[in-house]
Order: sequence, then structure tokens, then C-alpha cells
Amino acid sequence: MRDAYAIELRNITKRFGKVVANDGVNLSVRRGEILAVLGENGSGKTTLMNVISGIYYPDEGQIFVHGEEVTIRSPKDAFPLGIGMIHQHFKLVDVLTAAENIVLGLEGPTKLDIPAVATRISELADKYGFEIDPNKKIYEMSVSEKQTVEIMKMLYRGANILILDEPTAVLTPQETDALFAVLRNMRDAGNAVIIITHKLNEVLALSDRVSVLHKGKYVGTVETKDATVESLTEMMVGTKVTLDIDRPDPVDPQVRLVVKEITCVNKEGVTTLDHASFTAYGGEILGIAGVAGSGQKELLESIAGLTPKESGEIDFYPPDQPMQEISKLSAVEISRLGIKLSFVPEDRLGMGLVGPMDMIDNMMIRSYRKGGFFWADRRSPRTLAEHVIGTLEIDTPGVTTPVGKLSGGNVQKVLVGREIASAPTVLMVAYPVRGLDINSAYTIYALLNVQKMRGVAVMCVGEDLDVLLALCDRILVLCDGRVAGIVDARTATKEQIGLMMTHTGKGGYRDGEDETRPA
Amino acid sequence: MARTKRGPHEPLIHISRRADCSLLRAMLVRLAAIVLALVVCGVVIVALTGLNPLEVYAGIIDGAVGSSRRLWVTIRDALALLLVGVAVAPAFKMRFWNVGGEGQILVGASATAAVMIYMGDKVPAGVLFPCMILASMLAGLVWGAIPALFKAGWNTNETLFTLMMNYVATQLVSFLIVFWENPPGSNSVGLINASTNAGWLPKLGGWTYGWNLVIVVALAAFMYVYMRYSKQGYEIAYVGQSVNTARYAGISVKKVIVRTMCISGALCGLAGFLLVSGAGHTISTSLSGGRGFTAIVVAWLSKLNTFTMMVVSFLLTFMAKGAIQIASQFNLNENASEIITGIILFFVLGCEFFINYKVEFRRHRREG
Amino acid sequence: MGTIVIFIQKAIGQGMCILFGADGEILTEKSGNLNLGVPGMMYMGGIAGLAAAFLYERAVGAPSAFVGFLLSFLAAVLAGALGGLIYSVLTTSLRANQNVSGLALTTFGVGLGNFFGGSLSSLSGGVGQISVATTASAYRTKLPLLSDVPLLGPILFNYGILTYFAIALSIVMAWYLNRTRQGLCLRAVGESPATADAAGINVSLYKYLATCIGGAIAGLGGLYFVMEYSGGTWTNNGFGDRGWLAIALVIFARWRPMNAVWGSILFGALYILYLYIPGLGRSSQEIFKMLPYIVTIVVLILTSLRRKKEDQPPESLGLHYFREER
Repeated sequence: MRDAYAIELRNITKRFGKVVANDGVNLSVRRGEILAVLGENGSGKTTLMNVISGIYYPDEGQIFVHGEEVTIRSPKDAFPLGIGMIHQHFKLVDVLTAAENIVLGLEGPTKLDIPAVATRISELADKYGFEIDPNKKIYEMSVSEKQTVEIMKMLYRGANILILDEPTAVLTPQETDALFAVLRNMRDAGNAVIIITHKLNEVLALSDRVSVLHKGKYVGTVETKDATVESLTEMMVGTKVTLDIDRPDPVDPQVRLVVKEITCVNKEGVTTLDHASFTAYGGEILGIAGVAGSGQKELLESIAGLTPKESGEIDFYPPDQPMQEISKLSAVEISRLGIKLSFVPEDRLGMGLVGPMDMIDNMMIRSYRKGGFFWADRRSPRTLAEHVIGTLEIDTPGVTTPVGKLSGGNVQKVLVGREIASAPTVLMVAYPVRGLDINSAYTIYALLNVQKMRGVAVMCVGEDLDVLLALCDRILVLCDGRVAGIVDARTATKEQIGLMMTHTGKGGYRDGEDETRPA
Repeated sequence: MARTKRGPHEPLIHISRRADCSLLRAMLVRLAAIVLALVVCGVVIVALTGLNPLEVYAGIIDGAVGSSRRLWVTIRDALALLLVGVAVAPAFKMRFWNVGGEGQILVGASATAAVMIYMGDKVPAGVLFPCMILASMLAGLVWGAIPALFKAGWNTNETLFTLMMNYVATQLVSFLIVFWENPPGSNSVGLINASTNAGWLPKLGGWTYGWNLVIVVALAAFMYVYMRYSKQGYEIAYVGQSVNTARYAGISVKKVIVRTMCISGALCGLAGFLLVSGAGHTISTSLSGGRGFTAIVVAWLSKLNTFTMMVVSFLLTFMAKGAIQIASQFNLNENASEIITGIILFFVLGCEFFINYKVEFRRHRREG
Repeated sequence: MGTIVIFIQKAIGQGMCILFGADGEILTEKSGNLNLGVPGMMYMGGIAGLAAAFLYERAVGAPSAFVGFLLSFLAAVLAGALGGLIYSVLTTSLRANQNVSGLALTTFGVGLGNFFGGSLSSLSGGVGQISVATTASAYRTKLPLLSDVPLLGPILFNYGILTYFAIALSIVMAWYLNRTRQGLCLRAVGESPATADAAGINVSLYKYLATCIGGAIAGLGGLYFVMEYSGGTWTNNGFGDRGWLAIALVIFARWRPMNAVWGSILFGALYILYLYIPGLGRSSQEIFKMLPYIVTIVVLILTSLRRKKEDQPPESLGLHYFREER
């Protein structure tokens, strides 16, 4: 019993329709241990944790808790076993208070004694060094406050197997450090902690052991002390990464887009972009790096005319034509002026494409306005769709198949294919290879390079620094909505960019003194 | 307590979304649902009345299509229902719940009646009818546009807003009835222009309701084309599928919401015109007869397909007309039709689940 | 003075029927179900109560008012709950669209009510209209002694038992929703079913129970109309648009049962105000009857303008929840 694992998974398989999210996965955690579950996006980490916490029921396999086989049909079964999960997207009810969220679903006397609950919460908060106001409504809270409520929810339930799904994605470095301190406290108190992440530095800093998943399959488990960034990366991607991305030298770079001091404030009143300035040149790929939520989305959307700007100016320099100021224009006005600005958004099936519609209708998202007053032109989109299928080798039964039924790589090809079809002057892509297999990713890199060689100013938001360093000519680093600097991708190092991502203004150049300007 | 839960029990039923369902299978499921519904209705009829359900069903058929006149009345009412269905469909395509068809019909009917009453004997038919049509569409348009403006501007819940607008319209009609009542004190308007028939839709080539047929079929065809092949139809589809995509495509979502509801309201208003000028020649608060609501069911069951809407609206009207017949034949109450319609709707709505989802019973498995 | 007292009495008389419907719908909507079948369930409750009393009074030579009361009450509750059950099976288990299912339920319920209301007597071999005077007298019995107190008596104690039941029910519901564990769970289900599910709450069970109990409460609204308001008789479509008014009241009360209590009296007052304003023609009376709906629209607009989180409809209202969806 003593040596038994706190939780052990044997041969877990979970399918969604034809997709196998987990394929015979094994996993085990001891008490008093932090296990990191590592894997790329779409490797099945979250699905596996949802199986443990009862959100999904596995199709095959066994789960043992403290050495006994258990059946977890719903979260209700998971709680008595001491299993608590903090989801990436917080499971909190906005209009309820922290205390109400924490006691939600707990057994007890019919009448709810909120003051007593609040007292108990304060005791727990003191014990672990949290700050929490039990009577504050969730919708008034910041992201890290909400996470505190989630953790408190687990502690209040007396959970001893804690699962955290990418808890640091939304936190500042200070908040991350505070969280790690709490997690170490929990481990030292004899709890089993599972943390899902794809950030290697966190794995090395925090965990005792690392289990790696790759495309739904279990790769293996190693002791953290024996692991290195390289060895973990190798396990994560299957083979050792030697990124061999082609990078031709820019030819005749021309100014295409000048962004001056733009500032955006979102609906909640938070400043998402803070006086961001840069210049994009034709014939180069400008990478954009930063911690998730540093203003990447707002930067691209404000240029595309989708997000209103508080202040600032955007100048567009079309080839052989006078400059146009587009900062005051909406997306529809920009396209009406014939400005060739293409945009591959992060949310492919929620923004760039419509899943249930076929390829023709999806091609028309950009072109439906063409043609006469009443009729939408359906003939040229069909030709375009067939052309895109042919040139990008898209695997689809035909132009009338809903794009939502295609695989991730093919969906992205449809989207990129449509966006480059209009022969853009500026092409913006956000996370172009997220969730794609290696082959599809290389196809996309090649497509971007073709555009670059055509003289297009390509802007590429990415999360994998290795890729950005290998693909781009220059890299703009965002930190907390500000441009921390722009570096030459041929000479910069990962460490340098990583530092700029977390410490505004250090380690790079202010944009005014941009020394990486191509010759 | 917790220990007892640890046995290897599993959820018995596993439900997952069906990737593909062949058309044949889907039709069979729906057919089975209707047959099952009729069996349940039969049981209900026997239990309640002791009548032979087959006789009752025969009575329904006789009542709906038993004579040329009955058939035409059934067609006329089905056409009105179809028009309202065609009217609410664009709004639904946009994911805007226009539950206000009832009110939009009533204001359209009121505008028609007003033109008939005040202009009926002053202008020739060539001017009168265009005026009536325009007035009815304009009234419906206004009624539809008000909730849309608030939805677009402040995201005011459209289901509840349009629902409330129905009853404002009902009271408006009550007000107008007192205003126009004929003879005085009867609290009804009576036949408008009974002596001159001004503003009554004439026969078309010997068919009493020929114009109704022409107008509705033409509009249904136009809306089919509008939704599928026009630029605005695409805008509606994009807005309905994903507001984010619509923004991305440079579509002004607010403009599309308001414009589409103007069209939806105007067509409902036109249905009001048909009900006054092409059918009853009078106006009352019950003029719409729940068509605004029934049309929602028609549009939904038809998945917004115009041709399916034709079939569904005919079937529902068929049931209603048939039940009026059996009511008099068996000395029952005509509301029996609503019970039967309700039961059929329950089954047809429920059967969609078996088309979209797969239900599996888990086999018990143990590792050897 | 006398006119005012009668006005208040009539306003409350009109309001209670709507209050039952609104209370039922509040409970239902708190679980995330927008049940547009409330008018139907109110008809079902009304006709079931009436039919039970009618069959009982006909079967027994000297019917007891108390037994008639019990039977009709039970029948109304069961019929209303049956309506809620049909809706729940369709929307929660079979995932049919909520708006469409609700409207179908209204078609069914209104048809059922009018069918039996019109033909119950002939079906059972009798003639003429149904009347259940004995049972109705139980519903109309006023509080002894207290109703004779001057001024307060006529205003506060001059009603049948269902009136006090409606108000007590609202108080209990307010307490249940805001002060109990289950009430908290129910609110969570309506706001965010995924959160409730992750917290170990049986979402489907809550949706079923809230909708069926909500239906039962709405059914009592029909019973109130048939027994206390109409004195044990049925007029086809006499119930009018009160079912929709109940849905309006839910919005007006911003999903709070205690607001619904005074809101229902206000609605009742607005409903009959035209009778008490001197010099109104018959036509302007009809304009006055618009008031409850106009007021509701104004409230709806104002709450959407103010965007105060606590005043909004439950977040998942009208949406399905399916755990394995992905």
C-alpha cells in the first residue's frame, strides 16, 4: 500500500469519432511528487487529464487510485477519490462569489452558511500564503485571482491528487513563481501534483519526473534530474529537432507597412497594445514573438481593421502607388480601397473559415462582394478552390466537402491558399503551424517563403522560438503590449528573445534605433 | 460510502455525435417518428373518446381535401403559413430568434385594412393593391426592425423582445377594431368593403385563390434564390455561422441583423396582407391564428429548406383543417387538432436526436 | 376609498395567476431552460384541476369541498409537471431546440385545455358547461375573522388560499435560490453547466427537476384561474395571453421571485387599469392593455443597456449542454 502510486493509468484509450485522442497511454504519480506531463499542442494531454477527472469516460483501459481499481464516470466520482483538476479555461461561475464557487457541489446541510465558508477559506489561504476575498464576484477578478479561487476550490475539497492544465499560460513571471512555491508546498505536504505544460523550462524547474505524450501516444517517463532541454524536445517531437527551414536572403526590401505608436484598449478597459511601432518590408518575414496574450492578436487585428485603435497611425505603401493611411479604416473599407492585405488568423475554424461550409463558400468569404449588385459570383471561387486543392495538394473528397471535416493541416492549407490567392502586398499569419504535423508545417513554411520571394511583406506570429529563429529575417518581441525590441533572426539567440519576452526594454533595441533594418 | 462507488461499474449508455447520416436513414427515422406519433394519437383518441381512430383519420383526410373547396381552403392556409415560414427563415439562418411573426403579421394586416377602409372607394384597383402591399410590408418591417435595432446596438435578447411585440400588436388591433367596428357595438370589423369588394384579391383565371398561390410561390422562389445565390444571402449565412468570421470578412454584423429583420418583418407583414385581402377580408386579433409560432416550427423542422417548408406547412395545415371536420362529424371540439399536431411535433422534434447522434450500449468488458 | 380597495383586490386577483406562471418559469430558466411552453402548461394545469374536480363531483352524490380541493390541486400539479417532463425529455435528453419544443408544448397544452374544456361535459354524457361549484368554493374561501378587519381585511385577507400559497411559494423560492446549497447548484447549472458538471453536480437531473417542478407551479396558475378567478368554469381561450404575460413578468422581475410578487400585482393593476380611468373610450382601453408588455420591453431594454451582470438572464439560457461534445 505504501509503495502504491497515488494514481496509475494503464492502457487508456479515448476516441472522439475517428480521432484517437489517447492511444494506450500509461501514467503514474507517487504521493509527494510533482509529475510534468509534456507534449505539443494536440498531443492528448488535456484529454488524458479529463479522463482522470471524470469529464471524459475512457473507451479502454484501467485507472488505479492508491492501488485500487476505480471507475470515474463523472467529476462526482473523482472528488471522493481526492482528485481535483484545474482546467485551462477556468470552471467558475461569473456571477457568483469566490466562496460560492468554492462550495459549489459540496455536500452539507441544506442551508448554506457563507460566513463559515469564508472563515474556512481565509484559514486555508493563510496556511498556503494566498490572497483571496471570499465575497468578491468572479467577474470582478483578474486572471490570477481566478486561478487562486480554482486552487482554493481543490484545497477546500481536500484533494490530494491535483491536476493543473497549463496553469502558467496566463500568468506573469512573478505570479508563476508564486504558483510554483505553492505547488512545492503541496508536494511537500504529501500530495501528488500533475502539471500539464509545453514549456520546458518550467518542467525542469518544477517537476520531479516528466511523462511525455506525442500524438496521443505515451512516449515515456524520465526523472527530471536526468533530463535536458534537448532530450525532452527529442521525446516530444519524436526525433531530434534539426530545424532545416529554408531561409533565402531578402531581395530589394521596400517599406510596405509603417506602424506608429498604436494603442488598443479592450472592452474590459485593459490596455492590450501600448504605443507599438515598427516597419514591415517587402521581401522579408518579420516574426512576432511574445508570451501568450502579450498583444499579438490585437496587433494583427488592428492592422486588419478588426480591432478599434485608441491612437496611433498605420501607413500602407502599395507598390507603385501613393501611401495610404489605413488606421481609421475598417476591414470592409480596407478591402474596398483595393488594399491587398491578407490575414491568416489564429482561430482558423472560428474566424478565418466556417467549418460547416464547403470550400467554395469559404473561398467566398473574401470574394463574395465581387460581381454584380445582387448576385454573388460563385464561379470564380469554385475555380479558385480547385486551383488551391491542386497546387497545395489538399486532401479532400472535393470542393463541396465541409472544410470542418478536413484534417488540421488541410484546413490551414485552405485558409493560407485563399489568403495568398489575392496576391497580397502584406501577409499576416498567426500561429501558422499550430497543431499541424511536421510535413504540413514544412509545406506552410515553404508557402511563406514563396510569398517572401514574391516581394510580399510577411508577418508571422509564432510561439516556437526555434521556428521563428530559423524562418524569419527579423523578430519583433512583444512584452505586455509593448514592443520590447526587434532583433536580427540570423544572429539572435533564444535566450536573448526569452529575456526580452519577460523583461520589457532589456536586451533589444528600442524601435526608434532599430539597427536590424535591412540594407 | 465512497468505497461502494469504486466497483468497476461503467456508464451503460454512450452517446456520440454521428459523423454522417445517409439521407435514406434520416428519412426512415423521420417516417418512423410520424408513424409512431400517429399510433400514439390513435391510442389517445381511443382512450379519450372511444372512437375508432381510423375513422377519425379518415375524417381528417376528408375534411382537409375531401372536396375542391376544402382543398383550396387548405392550400390557401398552407400558403399563408409557408409565407410566414419563408419570412422567418432568413432571421433563423442568422441565428436571430424572430418569435415575433405573429405581431408582424397583425400590423401588416392592420395596415392593409387601413388602406382598404380609407382608400378603397377613392382609387382604382391598380393603385389600391400596390398601396396595400406596400403599407403591409412597411408596417411589418417597422415591427421587425425595432427589436433588431436593439439587438444590434445593445444585444437586447431578441426572443423575449419579439415575443412581447406580439402582444403590443394584438392590443393595437383591438384598438383599431373598436375604431373601425361595423356595425357599431359589434366589436368586430365585419367584411371590409362588403358592397364594393374593393381591395379583395380577385380570382385568377378561375382560381379563387390563384393570386395567393402566385404571390407566395413567387416570393418563396425569390427568397430561395436570395438566400442561396445573392451577396446578402451569403452575408446572412456568415453572420449566422460565426460572428467572428463575418467581422473578419468585413461584414457589418449590425447592418446585416437590421436589414435581415426588415426583410423578415416585411414578408410577415405581407402575409398579413394575404390574410386580409386574399382570405378573410376582415381583421381580428385572432387573424394570425398562431401562424407566427407555427411557422417557426415549420422553418425549424425543414432546416430552412424552402421545398421542405412547402411540404411541412401543407401537412400541418392539413391536420388543422381535417380536425375541424372531425370536430363537427363526431361532435367533438376542434382543438383536438392542436393536440394531435402537438404530439406529432414532439415525436418529429425528438427523432432528430437519433439522426444526429449515435447511442451505444456498452458491452461489459473485463481484462483477462 | 372603496374603489381603491376594489382596484387593489382586482389587481391582486389578476396578478396571482401570472405570478404562478412566472415563478414556475423562473425556476425553469434558472436551470438554463427557456421554456416557451408556459402558456401550454398553465392550460394543462387548469384543465386537469377542473376535470378532476368535475369527475369527482359527478361521481359522488354529496361531494366534499375538501376532497375536491385536494384532487384538483394534485391533478393540476401533475399535469403541469407532465408538461415540464415532455419539454425536458425533448430538450435535455434528446437535445431538441428549446424554443421550438416550447412552442410545440404550448400548441399541445392549449389544445388539450380547450379540447377538454369544450367537450368534457359531452364526452362524459352530460350537457351544458362544466361547473364545479363545490370545489371552487373551497378555493374561494376567505380567511375568517381576519377578512373582517377594517381596511386591512379587504386588502390583505380577502383572497382564497392559492393567493397566499403563491406568495409563500415566492418567498420559499427566493430563500431556496439564494440561501441553500441546492439553490446554488441550480444557479450554477443555468449559468455555466460545464462548471457545474466539473463540480460534480448532476446537470441533467437539476434541469429535469427544475423544469418539472417549474411546470407544476405554472400548472397551479391555470388552476388558480379556473377555480378562484372563474369560480370553477371554463371558457375557451378565456385564459387569454396570461401565459405570455408570465414570461414577460420573469424578465420584468429580472429572475427574482420576490420581484415577481410585486411585479405581478403591478402587472395585474396595469391589466385592469383601464377600467378605473374615467372618460376612457373603448378604443383607448385597448391601448391601456398594452402597458404590461410595453413596460416589460422597457425593462428588457434598460437591463441590456445597463449590462449589470446580476440582472442578465442565466448565461446558458436556451443552450444545450453535452459533456462529451468536442
